[in-house]
Amino acid sequence: MPEEQIQLFINDREVHASKGAMLIEVADQHDIRIPRFCYHKKLSVAANCRMCMVEVEKAPKALPACATPVAEGMRVYTHSPAALDAQKSTMEFLLINHPLDCPVCDQGGECELQDTAMGYGEDVSRYTERKRVVADKELGPLVSTDMTRCIHCTRCVRFGSEVAGIRELGATGRGEFMEIGTYVQRSLTSELSGNVIDVCPVGALNAKPSRMRARSWEMLQCAGLSPHDAMGSNIYMHVLRNTVVRVVPRENDELNETWIADRDRFSYEGLHTPDRATQPLVRTARGWESSSWQASLDVLARKIKQFSPEEVGVMAAAHSSLEEQYLLQKLFRCLGIQNIDHRVRQADFTDQEYMPLFPNLGQSIESLEHNNAVFLIGCDIRLEQPMLAHRIRKASARGCQVVALNSRDFDFLFAAQVNWNQAPQAWLQALSEIVKCIPDNELRDLPHELKEIVEQASPSMYARHIFELLSQAGTCSVFLGAMLDSHPQASALRALAAVLARHTHANFGLLPQAGNTAGAWLCGLLPHRLAGGVPNPDAGLDTTAMLAGPCKAFVLFNLEPEFDFANAPSALEAMQEADFVVVFTPYVSESMRSYADVVLPIATFAEMRGTYVNAEGRWQTADKAINPPGQARPAWRILRVLADHLGLEGFTHESSQQVLEEIKVQTGETTGFEGRLHESKMVQTQADPEGIYRVSATPMYAVDNVVRRANSLQQTPYERSPRVAMCEQLARELGVLEEDEVRIVQDGRAKVLKLELDPALPMNCVWVQKSSRQVDELGNAIAPVEIQRLDHD
Amino acid sequence: MMKKIRNLIRSFTLSELLRGMRLTGRRFTSKKLTVRYPEEKTPQSPRFRGLHALRRYPSGEERCIGCKLCEAVCPALAITIDTEEREDGSRRTTRYDIDLFKCVYCGFCEEACPVDAIVETRVFEYSFFERGQQVMNKEMLLEVGAKHEAQIASDREVSVLDR
Repeated sequence: MPEEQIQLFINDREVHASKGAMLIEVADQHDIRIPRFCYHKKLSVAANCRMCMVEVEKAPKALPACATPVAEGMRVYTHSPAALDAQKSTMEFLLINHPLDCPVCDQGGECELQDTAMGYGEDVSRYTERKRVVADKELGPLVSTDMTRCIHCTRCVRFGSEVAGIRELGATGRGEFMEIGTYVQRSLTSELSGNVIDVCPVGALNAKPSRMRARSWEMLQCAGLSPHDAMGSNIYMHVLRNTVVRVVPRENDELNETWIADRDRFSYEGLHTPDRATQPLVRTARGWESSSWQASLDVLARKIKQFSPEEVGVMAAAHSSLEEQYLLQKLFRCLGIQNIDHRVRQADFTDQEYMPLFPNLGQSIESLEHNNAVFLIGCDIRLEQPMLAHRIRKASARGCQVVALNSRDFDFLFAAQVNWNQAPQAWLQALSEIVKCIPDNELRDLPHELKEIVEQASPSMYARHIFELLSQAGTCSVFLGAMLDSHPQASALRALAAVLARHTHANFGLLPQAGNTAGAWLCGLLPHRLAGGVPNPDAGLDTTAMLAGPCKAFVLFNLEPEFDFANAPSALEAMQEADFVVVFTPYVSESMRSYADVVLPIATFAEMRGTYVNAEGRWQTADKAINPPGQARPAWRILRVLADHLGLEGFTHESSQQVLEEIKVQTGETTGFEGRLHESKMVQTQADPEGIYRVSATPMYAVDNVVRRANSLQQTPYERSPRVAMCEQLARELGVLEEDEVRIVQDGRAKVLKLELDPALPMNCVWVQKSSRQVDELGNAIAPVEIQRLDHD
Repeated sequence: MMKKIRNLIRSFTLSELLRGMRLTGRRFTSKKLTVRYPEEKTPQSPRFRGLHALRRYPSGEERCIGCKLCEAVCPALAITIDTEEREDGSRRTTRYDIDLFKCVYCGFCEEACPVDAIVETRVFEYSFFERGQQVMNKEMLLEVGAKHEAQIASDREVSVLDR
């Protein structure tokens, strides 16, 4: 139904607006500027700053534009003497207690109060009494405070309760004694907490990592993209003398709206670290030597030809740009090498033939808000995809029911109707119970192994509830998260979830994890598919097979095996045992020096033009913001020169634009997700239902090499020391107490960890908390383990 | 014809020479304008814009708060500043460079400074013997300030009265 349009006059100009809109919205739409502090278009109306006073004909007094709905024939004057008088008086009151420290304030130059004071303030203050002083609050490593500057607009408070879903900041006291704070001294824990910096109209809340580093007018604003999750959040990088000083959101209502996650905002710290690779390095008999590009590429070209194509494994990061990924697979395929993969965190590859063109959301990001029910499987969506979680939070506020099948209670910050916690080995059983509820039992499409399991299942209360919820919801979604990706029976779970989604008419979303996972699938960075999803007749080995099997030489692209791989210890071992390892990397770590033979320095996302495909299949290209350090170069350029050294044809690109055009020809620019559902014929169902399984997730601030080096993010409460959690009953059976140390044995590798109790964990399952900067010495994220009690004398 | 005769008379009476000598004679007896630099120096205005200096408060604390207004206002882009938060939480510069080859001595930096930290002193006699020496860093500027603080302070007092 079209909204009813009414006519009104602002400053004698005729404007049309939909009924019920607030005056300030309408004025903004028509570029009529009304000063404001507490009003923010994405937050609720508070009308407590009184700055947006306007004169309305026939109203006895000036009215706040943010809280006055438009009416037919209304005559509004925003700059009449009466309106200006009201605005100037408000300004004078606001400035009574505001300190005059603009020269040292980080907000100076981009401050809404400063700008408004220019237009509406007096030159000289009439106030000679003492100004109030408020003690600063400690809000953790990301947000710095200067609370004396606060003008009590409560935007940060409303952001917390309405957008972040966690009311961390609040106002205490009244009038002169009103203060914004956290009630009890604590850090902000929201993964979106950085946005309070943007909503604060004054300099009360500022970014701590960039505190006092630069002034707003001297930085260059470069549009960019955040590659850390599948949202493809639009950002601006603010650059001062070839250094990214801070990152702010670039408004895009279809993606990140006006917000970004802390991971997108503060990851830039990882761009400027002392361990950046600035020169090509080559291992010689004398040890590591800096080399020229010519010489190092010659070494690489000569050595790689000494191995037969089956002996070489190429593994690349899913957060690399499309151009890099495409040229990488093209170059090595030209050499006959087919062992190419980017799925380094995946455990089960059985159903890879049946995967859609690329893992996707099954709907647009915007339409996530319109779901009436969401079923999350193996997914801690808030930590995996903070901005997608925000959309679901919005849906949840509208009444969307969220149900989850996980191993423990995750704090989604939206009300989950059901948290069905099951040990990972029981997920298959749980899903079969739900699928069993499908009334007409249309299970013809299922592979027979699964059919048997489903037929034997008897639906529990949880299963029936979830099924009923989904089948009655109308618009609903089933999402498979990162923990499902690392599950050893992922193929079977995917098949069952797909059947469930088909029968409940749910959108089926395989959440791509990294910023360009979708791009990697599209451009053929896979052993079994070429660019554009064309099946590879000569399929190579997947990551696990490469590490376990015959590869003697490895090419690592933008990866650190000890952190990025599902099975970190075995990946590291494979690298150390390999005869020849080439690393394309922006960082040189100590462990890299131990296994690599050639280290080629490449540019990060901020230092090159690159295209990224997000979860809804949107292609976005961003230009570079800064120059790479030293000799480091954009990887597509290195690969193109390497192709010349190898004498390969078809590498004549002179710009990344040309590479992109070639990719578009190959893939036929797929803008948008494929409707194709996942219909698997081959699944992995073997599991040990009796034993104890461990579960863990990649920590939020450990997803890629840049984020892992962002210092401030590593100091947030999300960064925890490695621990093992289990339920009380299991602890009692094992005879261990909280805070005890227990030994975990997995695949013959053992580690001693401190124990904590978590009543929400099911039996036969322990949660292993990973740390961003410590290698997971045990192995796969979901796997059978043995827990041993340490006997102290 | 008449013109020629007039010129002839002028040449023989040396009238032009005498007119010139009259000016010389006048200057010979009038008060001297030149000074014997470097022994003598011309008087300077308290607002003289010479070599730059960074000032300190009497307590020894440096005045500069790193607001970068001088950097922003400098028409010759001669000033480069890096700032950070000092341990006590105050905003301070870690680098304050002025390239004296770029500087046009306009005095805008001094005018923009909210805390009278960057000033231009009366010092105008300085030279550089090697490339690179023309860039004054923070230590050098503070040193100039320390050396001439008495003069700088009294000059500021006078010029404030003028404003």
